[in-house]
Amino acid sequence: MADDEDLDLRSLSDDELVEQMWDDLYDGLADEVVEGTNILLERGWTPYDVLTKALVEGMRIVGVDFRDGILFVPEVLLAANSMKSGMKILRPLLVETGAPKQGKMVIGTVKGDIHDIGKNLVSMMMEGAGFEVIDIGINNPVEKYLEAIEEHQPDILGMSALLTTTMPYMKVVIDTLIEKGMRDDYIVMVGGAPLNEEFAREVGADAYCRDAAVAVETAKTLMQRKHNQ
Amino acid sequence: MTGPAIDTAVPRRKTAKPAPHTQILACGALAREILALVEAGGLTGVELACLPAKLHNQPQFIPERVREAIRAAKARGVERVLVAYADCGTGGQLDKVLDEEGAARIQGPHCYAFFAGQTDFAELMEAEPGSFFLTDYLARHFETLILKGMGIDRHPELQEMMFGNYRRLVYLAQEDSPELRAKAEAAAARLGLVYEHRKTGYGELAGFVAAAQG
Repeated sequence: MADDEDLDLRSLSDDELVEQMWDDLYDGLADEVVEGTNILLERGWTPYDVLTKALVEGMRIVGVDFRDGILFVPEVLLAANSMKSGMKILRPLLVETGAPKQGKMVIGTVKGDIHDIGKNLVSMMMEGAGFEVIDIGINNPVEKYLEAIEEHQPDILGMSALLTTTMPYMKVVIDTLIEKGMRDDYIVMVGGAPLNEEFAREVGADAYCRDAAVAVETAKTLMQRKHNQ
Repeated sequence: MTGPAIDTAVPRRKTAKPAPHTQILACGALAREILALVEAGGLTGVELACLPAKLHNQPQFIPERVREAIRAAKARGVERVLVAYADCGTGGQLDKVLDEEGAARIQGPHCYAFFAGQTDFAELMEAEPGSFFLTDYLARHFETLILKGMGIDRHPELQEMMFGNYRRLVYLAQEDSPELRAKAEAAAARLGLVYEHRKTGYGELAGFVAAAQG
């Protein structure tokens, strides 16, 4: 935070430091987030705890304020950048130490649409929550989704669209899965600014996720349901 | 100053002035163009009310703001409200509100579409999904709305995150002034995009505004 320039993060207790990291994430201060991440690791925190309690939780707070109209896209992107900086440190450590695996997701923006800010946020938060994420990028025709599904055998297929004109393509993908008898093999989650729950139902998705935090919670719930079947 | 009045979609002063028969309720980004069309067409009994253009940063709030404005206009005795908003990223929610309130809007997913024409716009997007559009309004205010408004001036790293997937900037020109052309071309250069200029004039907005007299 601007008025905390001289704050020594090492002088803070664990709880204070985590709260400070939430503030730093909120303010998009990547260097401070990196420093906080390293301090917690030095204090013996597991990489998984640093990720979930400091970074993911901080980003969840950012998401809530974005949804409520307090933060806008630029602030969210800066916060996401900061989280990425912290994750860069944690990623190799998570592989070494092992972290709970929640499932696997293929995600991509639909054909005709090059917008990926929301998709990238979802990818990052899903990864932070313990999902393996295969991001197939933007402007994906149905064939690309099918290739990725075949190659990676995910639990979840995620589709994103920002444009009113491109969001109907989600139905093309889902209908193709139905035709091929594959639809019930996957959880299909959709998201994007112009979407809503009604649209998700109409195209045959399992869930509409209004933001990245909701996507994570929805994915966990649906995975649990899948395991219980 | 002569010409039609512009209303800011907030409660008006308590005067005995009679309400016009028709209100065009528009996005603030279209105010200049609609005023020009109303004036050029000599329309009478038509007023313009605008909601802030910055609502586009949070399109989820557009439908309810439009609903409030329609109700406020009708409460003042306006007989008909024509809504100069496209879907504008509301995913059909604006249309639902308009159905409920008995109002109609100009067709199309975005203002770019009704300026360019629906067919031409679809072709432009088909040819290059990575097309970023400027209208006169956006060309005029590029620095304020895009560079400053999106924080790119203060955080240059945001440019790649926001515009990294775009390939070209298409300037859909209404007035086609050399000054705006220069601004649009500079905007394309600033964002590292291929520049394309199309003179669209007012496109389908002209017929929409003319219908307000009917």
